[in-house]
Parts: sequence; C-alpha cells; structure tokens
Amino acid sequence: MNPSAETTYRLQPAQVRSEFLRLLPISLFVVAFGAAFGLAAVQKGIVPLEATLMSVLVFAGASQFAALELWGDQVALLPLMAITFAINSRHILMGASLYPMLRQMRTPQRYGILLVLSDANWAIAAQDYQNGRRNLEVILGGGAALWVAWLIGTLLGVYFGGLLQDPKSLGLDMVLGCFLLAMALGGRKNPRVLVAWAVAAGAAMAAYWWLPPHTHVVVGALAGGVVGFFWLERTSDEH
Amino acid sequence: MSIETTELGVLAIIAVMALVTLATRWGGPFLMSYVRINPRIESFINTMASSVLIAILTPMAITGDLGARLALGTTAAMMLILHKPLPAIAAGVAAAAGARYFF
Repeated sequence: MNPSAETTYRLQPAQVRSEFLRLLPISLFVVAFGAAFGLAAVQKGIVPLEATLMSVLVFAGASQFAALELWGDQVALLPLMAITFAINSRHILMGASLYPMLRQMRTPQRYGILLVLSDANWAIAAQDYQNGRRNLEVILGGGAALWVAWLIGTLLGVYFGGLLQDPKSLGLDMVLGCFLLAMALGGRKNPRVLVAWAVAAGAAMAAYWWLPPHTHVVVGALAGGVVGFFWLERTSDEH
Repeated sequence: MSIETTELGVLAIIAVMALVTLATRWGGPFLMSYVRINPRIESFINTMASSVLIAILTPMAITGDLGARLALGTTAAMMLILHKPLPAIAAGVAAAAGARYFF
C-alpha cells in the first residue's frame, strides 16, 4: 500500500462533461456495433431484455461476441470464464498504466470510474498522460458516452434488428483500430518507444500464432513493457 | 460444468461474465497498490501502455483483409503528415470501405 500517496486528484465536473461530448462522435460507431451485437444475441435465442442487460453489466464488446460463439442449449462455465478473462485481461494492463494518476484519487472514486474503463477512453487518457496531461475525466465522461452508446445500440439491435446489415462493407469494423492507431502515433516517439513497439509487435504475432487464442495483447504489451523496464528514459526528458 | 440457457441460466451467465470483466477492470490498479512505484516500474508501465495499442493493432494489420490493411496504412500516413486524429481516422475508414467496394 502507499500510505504516502495523497488524494490530490479531484475530478473536474466541467471537464467530465466536455470529455463526454468529445467521445460522442466515436460513440456513434459504438451504437452500430451494439446493434450488431443485439441482433446476433436475439438470433442465438437470448431474450431482448437479457441481451440488453448483458451489455449494461458486462460492457465489453469483443467478449460478448465471443460468448455468443459458445452459445447453445448449455454454455460451458470454464471456457466462458477463460475466454471472457483472456479477452478482457488487457483491462488489467490498461488500469495498471493509469495507476500513477489513480493512486492520487480517493479509493471509491478510483474504482468507480474504472467501471467504464474501455479501449477508446483509456487510449485518450494514456496518450494525454504521455504528453504530460492528467486526464482521468475522460475515463468517466468518455466511458459514460461509450456505455450509453453500447446500451442504445444493443436496444436498437434487439428490438429493430441490425441497423446496418453489413457494417464491414462501410469500413466501420476499422473505426476502433484506426482510432487506436491514431492515439498510438499521437504520443511521444523516441528510439526507446520504437524499440518497445517492435518488440511488442513481434511478441504479439508470436503469441497470436503459437499461444492460446486471445493472449496476444497481454503478451505483446508485457514484452514492450520489459523494454521500458531495462531501458530508462533520461530524467531530463521526463514530463 | 455447464449453465443451461434458460432465462435464469442466462442471468447466471451474465453475472459470471460481468464479475470476470469487473475483476479485469479493477485488477490492474488493485495489484499496483501493492507495488512500490520507482522510476523503473514507472518506465515499465508507460512503455507497456503504448505497447498495448501496438499489440492490438499488429495482428489486425497482418492477418486482416486488404481493407483492414489499407485503413491502418492510410490512418498512419495521415497521422504522420497532419497530426490530426479525426481526419486520419475518417480517411482510414473510407479506405477500408473503398477497398471492399472495388476489390
């Protein structure tokens, strides 16, 4: 524990609201994928209210689609838990990366905003931190926008069928990928980061091909982190 | 062990998934609260943070279709030229749609 850590981080309500608005554009695409999930769920025989409840409580798209792959008259418990954990284990690393900021926050608030931790709002917070800006408001405000969008999308999908029968033909499956790439390239780049990225990319591909499914994100990220562990930045470049 | 996909069973499945996912959302900061932060640990988690993105994107680019590759390539090029995320993302998505329409 860190008794010395002070609670110096207080969320600014105005900035939480502006981060909510900032993530509304990308949330539109989340609505489309929520609709695709809702449609796929009712096609598997899940009743609309339960499909919606899953989106509300789980709020992790890739693992929800993966659960549908396991669907039948029965769902095997251990594979369900293993796949959900493997796909969402990236959250562990994402949350850990925010810890230098999160530790300055009161514990209930810290774990409260993590309820809506997701790829897009985390990527912004991480990029801002790299650029020397503390922005946990985007985790809460942006996360709320993404969560509402995922809920609305699922509702549209379960009650009205998919809005878009084929989001892939419009390139919408690439929105999140392009967004994350833009965030990665918008951060600081130096030889140390580029070497870490090369190691991360190689390790992710090796895991993708030779390790159990869904392990590549964690393996690649940890491999990149090891580069940082051994290759410290000179303190003069620290923010 | 299996759960029947009756209405009650589905609620149990949702509860299991929600708890496992919550554990991943809370797990990182919880574990970190037992770690003494020093410059080396801080360097590890900072490098790991941007590596998460690379580890998500690399298999997407290498195993994806032409549309996926063009989307990521276009976004990367636009980001390096313009340094503006929104146009870069829009161009990438348009490139994927175009590639899938024409090929």
